[in-house]
Amino acid sequence: MSRFLLPLTIFAVMVGFLAVGLTLNPREIPSPLIGKAAPAFSLPQLHDDGKTLSLDDMKGQVWLLNFWASWCSGCRTEHPVLMDFARSGVAPIYGMDYKDQRDEALAWLDQWGNPYQVVAVDAAGRVGIDYGVYGVPETYVIDKQGVIRYKQIGPLDDETVTKKILPLIQELQAK
Amino acid sequence: MTWLFSLLLLVAGSAWAGEARPLGDDPAVEARLKQLAGELRCLVCQNQTLADSNAPLAEDLRREVREMIVKDMSDREIVDFLVSRYGDFVLYRPPLKTTTVLLWAGPFVLLVGGGIALAVTLRRRQRMVENAVITDEEHRRVERLLSQGVKES
Repeated sequence: MSRFLLPLTIFAVMVGFLAVGLTLNPREIPSPLIGKAAPAFSLPQLHDDGKTLSLDDMKGQVWLLNFWASWCSGCRTEHPVLMDFARSGVAPIYGMDYKDQRDEALAWLDQWGNPYQVVAVDAAGRVGIDYGVYGVPETYVIDKQGVIRYKQIGPLDDETVTKKILPLIQELQAK
Repeated sequence: MTWLFSLLLLVAGSAWAGEARPLGDDPAVEARLKQLAGELRCLVCQNQTLADSNAPLAEDLRREVREMIVKDMSDREIVDFLVSRYGDFVLYRPPLKTTTVLLWAGPFVLLVGGGIALAVTLRRRQRMVENAVITDEEHRRVERLLSQGVKES
Protein backbone atom coordinates (compact mmCIF):
# COMPACT_ATOMS: atom_id res chain seq x y z
CA MET A 1 0.00 0.00 0.00
CA SER A 2 2.71 2.46 0.99
CA ARG A 3 4.45 2.04 -2.36
CA PHE A 4 1.38 3.55 -4.03
CA LEU A 5 1.11 6.35 -1.51
CA LEU A 6 3.94 8.49 -2.88
CA PRO A 7 2.93 8.38 -6.58
CA LEU A 8 -0.65 8.99 -5.53
CA THR A 9 0.34 12.03 -3.47
CA ILE A 10 2.41 13.44 -6.35
CA PHE A 11 -0.52 12.84 -8.70
CA ALA A 12 -2.93 14.59 -6.31
CA VAL A 13 -0.61 17.61 -5.97
CA MET A 14 -0.27 17.88 -9.76
CA VAL A 15 -4.02 17.65 -10.23
CA GLY A 16 -4.37 20.41 -7.64
CA PHE A 17 -1.93 22.69 -9.46
CA LEU A 18 -3.54 22.03 -12.84
CA ALA A 19 -7.03 22.60 -11.41
CA VAL A 20 -5.98 26.01 -10.07
CA GLY A 21 -4.24 26.75 -13.37
CA LEU A 22 -7.46 26.13 -15.26
CA THR A 23 -9.29 28.81 -13.28
CA LEU A 24 -6.64 31.45 -13.98
CA ASN A 25 -6.85 33.69 -17.02
CA PRO A 26 -3.45 34.12 -18.70
CA ARG A 27 -4.84 37.12 -20.61
CA GLU A 28 -5.23 39.08 -17.40
CA ILE A 29 -1.93 40.69 -16.71
CA PRO A 30 -1.89 42.49 -13.35
CA SER A 31 -1.23 46.17 -13.93
CA PRO A 32 1.75 47.74 -12.16
CA LEU A 33 -0.11 51.05 -12.31
CA ILE A 34 -2.58 50.29 -9.50
CA GLY A 35 -1.90 52.73 -6.67
CA LYS A 36 0.17 54.98 -8.93
CA ALA A 37 -0.68 58.38 -10.36
CA ALA A 38 -2.60 58.19 -13.63
CA PRO A 39 -0.32 59.17 -16.55
CA ALA A 40 -0.98 62.69 -17.77
CA PHE A 41 -2.48 63.32 -21.16
CA SER A 42 -3.92 66.13 -23.17
CA LEU A 43 -5.84 65.07 -26.25
CA PRO A 44 -8.39 66.52 -28.68
CA GLN A 45 -12.02 65.77 -27.95
CA LEU A 46 -14.02 63.51 -30.24
CA HIS A 47 -17.05 65.74 -30.54
CA ASP A 48 -15.09 68.97 -30.82
CA ASP A 49 -11.65 68.76 -32.38
CA GLY A 50 -10.80 72.25 -31.18
CA LYS A 51 -11.17 71.40 -27.48
CA THR A 52 -8.82 69.23 -25.50
CA LEU A 53 -9.31 66.93 -22.55
CA SER A 54 -6.51 66.67 -19.99
CA LEU A 55 -6.04 64.60 -16.91
CA ASP A 56 -6.23 67.71 -14.72
CA ASP A 57 -9.80 68.38 -15.90
CA MET A 58 -10.97 65.42 -13.80
CA LYS A 59 -9.11 66.31 -10.60
CA GLY A 60 -11.21 66.31 -7.45
CA GLN A 61 -13.68 63.65 -8.52
CA VAL A 62 -13.77 59.89 -8.70
CA TRP A 63 -14.13 58.89 -12.35
CA LEU A 64 -13.93 56.06 -14.79
CA LEU A 65 -11.64 56.07 -17.80
CA ASN A 66 -12.82 53.68 -20.49
CA PHE A 67 -10.63 52.81 -23.48
CA TRP A 68 -12.81 51.79 -26.38
CA ALA A 69 -13.02 51.80 -30.16
CA SER A 70 -15.72 51.40 -32.79
CA TRP A 71 -13.83 48.41 -34.24
CA CYS A 72 -13.80 46.57 -30.92
CA SER A 73 -16.43 43.90 -30.44
CA GLY A 74 -15.86 43.64 -26.67
CA CYS A 75 -16.83 47.31 -26.44
CA ARG A 76 -20.23 46.47 -27.92
CA THR A 77 -20.61 43.76 -25.27
CA GLU A 78 -19.94 46.10 -22.37
CA HIS A 79 -21.74 49.08 -23.86
CA PRO A 80 -25.15 48.43 -22.18
CA VAL A 81 -23.37 48.11 -18.83
CA LEU A 82 -21.71 51.49 -19.36
CA MET A 83 -25.06 53.02 -20.38
CA ASP A 84 -26.68 51.74 -17.16
CA PHE A 85 -23.75 53.02 -15.13
CA ALA A 86 -23.94 56.45 -16.77
CA ARG A 87 -27.70 56.61 -16.14
CA SER A 88 -27.18 55.85 -12.44
CA GLY A 89 -25.01 58.97 -12.18
CA VAL A 90 -22.69 57.45 -9.56
CA ALA A 91 -19.54 58.68 -11.26
CA PRO A 92 -18.70 60.16 -14.66
CA ILE A 93 -17.23 57.98 -17.39
CA TYR A 94 -14.67 59.56 -19.66
CA GLY A 95 -14.02 57.78 -22.92
CA MET A 96 -10.73 57.27 -24.69
CA ASP A 97 -11.29 56.49 -28.34
CA TYR A 98 -8.34 54.20 -28.96
CA LYS A 99 -6.80 53.97 -32.45
CA ASP A 100 -10.04 54.71 -34.23
CA GLN A 101 -11.44 56.74 -37.10
CA ARG A 102 -13.25 59.84 -35.93
CA ASP A 103 -16.30 59.48 -38.19
CA GLU A 104 -16.70 55.80 -37.35
CA ALA A 105 -16.44 56.51 -33.63
CA LEU A 106 -19.07 59.26 -33.87
CA ALA A 107 -21.37 57.00 -35.89
CA TRP A 108 -20.93 54.23 -33.31
CA LEU A 109 -21.95 56.55 -30.47
CA ASP A 110 -24.91 57.86 -32.48
CA GLN A 111 -26.10 54.36 -33.15
CA TRP A 112 -25.70 52.80 -29.71
CA GLY A 113 -25.79 55.78 -27.36
CA ASN A 114 -23.13 57.81 -25.61
CA PRO A 115 -22.39 56.92 -21.98
CA TYR A 116 -19.40 59.27 -21.82
CA GLN A 117 -19.08 62.68 -20.25
CA VAL A 118 -16.39 63.57 -22.76
CA VAL A 119 -14.49 61.41 -25.23
CA ALA A 120 -10.83 62.07 -26.01
CA VAL A 121 -9.15 60.79 -29.15
CA ASP A 122 -6.02 58.67 -28.81
CA ALA A 123 -5.48 58.13 -32.51
CA ALA A 124 -1.90 56.86 -32.31
CA GLY A 125 -2.47 54.79 -29.18
CA ARG A 126 0.29 56.56 -27.25
CA VAL A 127 -1.83 57.34 -24.20
CA GLY A 128 -2.93 53.72 -24.35
CA ILE A 129 0.69 52.65 -24.02
CA ASP A 130 1.16 55.03 -21.07
CA TYR A 131 -1.80 53.35 -19.37
CA GLY A 132 -0.56 49.86 -20.20
CA VAL A 133 -3.52 49.11 -22.45
CA TYR A 134 -3.01 45.97 -24.49
CA GLY A 135 -6.52 45.21 -25.62
CA VAL A 136 -9.67 47.31 -25.63
CA PRO A 137 -11.94 47.59 -23.76
CA GLU A 138 -10.08 48.45 -20.58
CA THR A 139 -11.49 50.53 -17.76
CA TYR A 140 -9.74 52.40 -14.96
CA VAL A 141 -11.15 53.75 -11.72
CA ILE A 142 -9.27 56.92 -10.80
CA ASP A 143 -9.67 58.71 -7.48
CA LYS A 144 -9.89 62.39 -6.53
CA GLN A 145 -6.11 62.72 -6.31
CA GLY A 146 -5.68 61.20 -9.76
CA VAL A 147 -4.44 57.81 -8.53
CA ILE A 148 -5.42 54.64 -10.41
CA ARG A 149 -7.33 52.39 -8.01
CA TYR A 150 -8.64 49.64 -10.25
CA LYS A 151 -8.17 48.31 -13.74
CA GLN A 152 -10.66 46.17 -15.60
CA ILE A 153 -9.21 44.23 -18.51
CA GLY A 154 -11.84 43.26 -21.04
CA PRO A 155 -15.55 44.08 -21.03
CA LEU A 156 -17.25 45.22 -17.85
CA ASP A 157 -20.26 43.19 -16.74
CA ASP A 158 -23.03 43.85 -14.23
CA GLU A 159 -21.45 41.57 -11.64
CA THR A 160 -18.08 43.36 -11.72
CA VAL A 161 -19.80 46.73 -11.52
CA THR A 162 -21.98 45.85 -8.50
CA LYS A 163 -19.41 43.78 -6.63
CA LYS A 164 -16.17 45.63 -7.31
CA ILE A 165 -16.59 49.02 -8.96
CA LEU A 166 -19.55 50.48 -7.04
CA PRO A 167 -18.21 49.63 -3.54
CA LEU A 168 -14.80 50.97 -4.54
CA ILE A 169 -16.28 54.21 -5.88
CA GLN A 170 -18.32 54.74 -2.70
CA GLU A 171 -15.22 54.17 -0.59
CA LEU A 172 -13.16 56.58 -2.70
CA GLN A 173 -15.88 59.25 -2.78
CA ALA A 174 -16.18 59.14 1.02
CA LYS A 175 -12.50 59.98 1.42
CA MET B 1 7.22 34.25 -77.32
CA THR B 2 10.30 33.93 -75.14
CA TRP B 3 11.25 37.58 -75.60
CA LEU B 4 7.75 38.63 -74.59
CA PHE B 5 7.99 36.56 -71.45
CA SER B 6 11.41 38.01 -70.60
CA LEU B 7 10.07 41.49 -71.12
CA LEU B 8 7.17 40.77 -68.78
CA LEU B 9 9.58 39.47 -66.14
CA LEU B 10 11.74 42.53 -66.54
CA VAL B 11 8.79 44.88 -66.11
CA ALA B 12 7.48 42.94 -63.11
CA GLY B 13 10.94 42.86 -61.56
CA SER B 14 11.41 46.58 -61.79
CA ALA B 15 7.94 47.15 -60.35
CA TRP B 16 8.84 45.14 -57.24
CA ALA B 17 12.12 46.94 -56.88
CA GLY B 18 10.24 50.20 -56.79
CA GLU B 19 7.97 49.02 -53.97
CA ALA B 20 10.66 47.64 -51.69
CA ARG B 21 10.83 49.76 -48.57
CA PRO B 22 13.89 50.35 -46.47
CA LEU B 23 13.83 48.66 -43.05
CA GLY B 24 14.61 51.85 -41.27
CA ASP B 25 16.55 55.02 -41.69
CA ASP B 26 19.44 54.00 -39.48
CA PRO B 27 20.73 50.40 -39.53
CA ALA B 28 22.28 50.83 -36.07
CA VAL B 29 18.92 51.83 -34.59
CA GLU B 30 17.21 48.90 -36.30
CA ALA B 31 19.84 46.47 -34.98
CA ARG B 32 19.33 47.67 -31.41
CA LEU B 33 15.57 47.59 -31.85
CA LYS B 34 15.77 43.99 -33.09
CA GLN B 35 17.95 42.96 -30.18
CA LEU B 36 15.73 44.70 -27.58
CA ALA B 37 12.46 43.56 -29.13
CA GLY B 38 13.69 39.96 -29.00
CA GLU B 39 13.81 40.23 -25.21
CA LEU B 40 10.31 41.67 -24.86
CA ARG B 41 7.02 39.88 -24.93
CA CYS B 42 4.11 40.94 -27.10
CA LEU B 43 1.15 41.51 -24.77
CA VAL B 44 -1.40 40.46 -27.35
CA CYS B 45 0.10 37.23 -28.69
CA GLN B 46 1.82 36.23 -25.53
CA ASN B 47 4.06 33.53 -26.93
CA GLN B 48 5.69 35.86 -29.40
CA THR B 49 8.37 38.44 -28.88
CA LEU B 50 7.81 42.05 -29.77
CA ALA B 51 10.12 41.44 -32.72
CA ASP B 52 8.08 38.52 -34.06
CA SER B 53 4.59 39.85 -33.57
CA ASN B 54 2.50 41.62 -36.17
CA ALA B 55 -0.17 42.70 -33.70
CA PRO B 56 -0.98 46.42 -33.95
CA LEU B 57 0.11 46.93 -30.33
CA ALA B 58 3.46 45.29 -31.07
CA GLU B 59 3.92 47.67 -33.99
CA ASP B 60 3.13 50.62 -31.73
CA LEU B 61 5.52 49.40 -29.07
CA ARG B 62 8.28 48.89 -31.65
CA ARG B 63 7.66 52.47 -32.75
CA GLU B 64 7.96 53.66 -29.12
CA VAL B 65 11.16 51.66 -28.60
CA ARG B 66 12.60 52.96 -31.88
CA GLU B 67 11.91 56.53 -30.79
CA MET B 68 13.53 55.92 -27.42
CA ILE B 69 16.61 54.47 -29.13
CA VAL B 70 16.82 57.54 -31.36
CA LYS B 71 16.57 59.68 -28.20
CA ASP B 72 19.65 57.79 -27.04
CA MET B 73 18.06 56.18 -23.99
CA SER B 74 19.84 53.21 -22.46
CA ASP B 75 18.49 49.66 -22.72
CA ARG B 76 17.79 49.81 -19.00
CA GLU B 77 15.68 52.97 -19.36
CA ILE B 78 13.73 51.54 -22.30
CA VAL B 79 13.00 48.28 -20.48
CA ASP B 80 11.98 50.22 -17.35
CA PHE B 81 9.60 52.32 -19.47
CA LEU B 82 7.79 49.18 -20.59
CA VAL B 83 7.90 47.40 -17.22
CA SER B 84 6.38 50.45 -15.46
CA ARG B 85 3.42 50.19 -17.83
CA TYR B 86 2.96 46.49 -18.45
CA GLY B 87 4.73 44.87 -15.51
CA ASP B 88 7.40 42.17 -15.49
CA PHE B 89 5.21 40.22 -17.89
CA VAL B 90 6.78 42.04 -20.85
CA LEU B 91 10.15 40.56 -20.01
CA TYR B 92 10.99 37.16 -21.41
CA ARG B 93 13.54 36.88 -18.60
CA PRO B 94 11.70 38.04 -15.47
CA PRO B 95 13.82 39.43 -12.62
CA LEU B 96 14.47 37.42 -9.47
CA LYS B 97 11.91 38.57 -6.86
CA THR B 98 9.96 36.95 -4.05
CA THR B 99 7.10 36.29 -6.46
CA THR B 100 9.36 34.72 -9.08
CA VAL B 101 11.57 32.64 -6.77
CA LEU B 102 9.62 29.47 -7.55
CA LEU B 103 9.98 30.14 -11.27
CA TRP B 104 13.75 30.48 -11.06
CA ALA B 105 14.49 27.94 -8.33
CA GLY B 106 11.80 25.38 -9.25
CA PRO B 107 13.81 23.38 -11.81
CA PHE B 108 16.81 23.17 -9.47
CA VAL B 109 14.60 22.13 -6.53
CA LEU B 110 13.15 19.39 -8.73
CA LEU B 111 16.63 18.32 -9.85
CA VAL B 112 17.97 18.11 -6.30
CA GLY B 113 14.79 16.36 -5.12
CA GLY B 114 15.06 13.83 -7.93
CA GLY B 115 18.74 13.24 -7.13
CA ILE B 116 17.97 12.62 -3.46
CA ALA B 117 15.13 10.25 -4.35
CA LEU B 118 17.42 8.36 -6.72
CA ALA B 119 20.21 8.07 -4.13
CA VAL B 120 17.80 6.83 -1.45
CA THR B 121 16.27 4.26 -3.79
CA LEU B 122 19.65 2.97 -4.95
CA ARG B 123 20.98 2.68 -1.41
CA ARG B 124 17.86 0.83 -0.29
CA ARG B 125 18.15 -1.60 -3.19
CA GLN B 126 21.83 -2.19 -2.44
CA ARG B 127 21.02 -2.99 1.17
CA MET B 128 18.46 -5.51 -0.02
CA VAL B 129 21.11 -7.26 -2.14
CA GLU B 130 23.68 -7.25 0.66
CA ASN B 131 21.28 -8.70 3.17
CA ALA B 132 20.09 -11.44 0.90
CA VAL B 133 20.40 -14.82 2.65
CA ILE B 134 20.33 -18.01 0.69
CA THR B 135 19.86 -21.45 2.09
CA ASP B 136 22.28 -24.37 1.52
CA GLU B 137 19.86 -25.92 -0.88
CA GLU B 138 19.71 -22.71 -2.94
CA HIS B 139 23.51 -22.46 -2.82
CA ARG B 140 23.90 -25.95 -4.23
CA ARG B 141 21.39 -25.18 -6.95
CA VAL B 142 23.30 -22.07 -7.93
CA GLU B 143 26.56 -24.01 -8.17
CA ARG B 144 24.94 -26.74 -10.22
CA LEU B 145 23.43 -24.23 -12.62
CA LEU B 146 26.68 -22.33 -13.01
CA SER B 147 28.68 -25.48 -13.70
CA GLN B 148 26.19 -26.80 -16.20
CA GLY B 149 25.65 -23.48 -17.93
CA VAL B 150 22.25 -24.78 -18.92
CA LYS B 151 18.90 -23.31 -18.33
CA GLU B 152 16.72 -25.15 -15.88
CA SER B 153 13.12 -24.63 -16.67
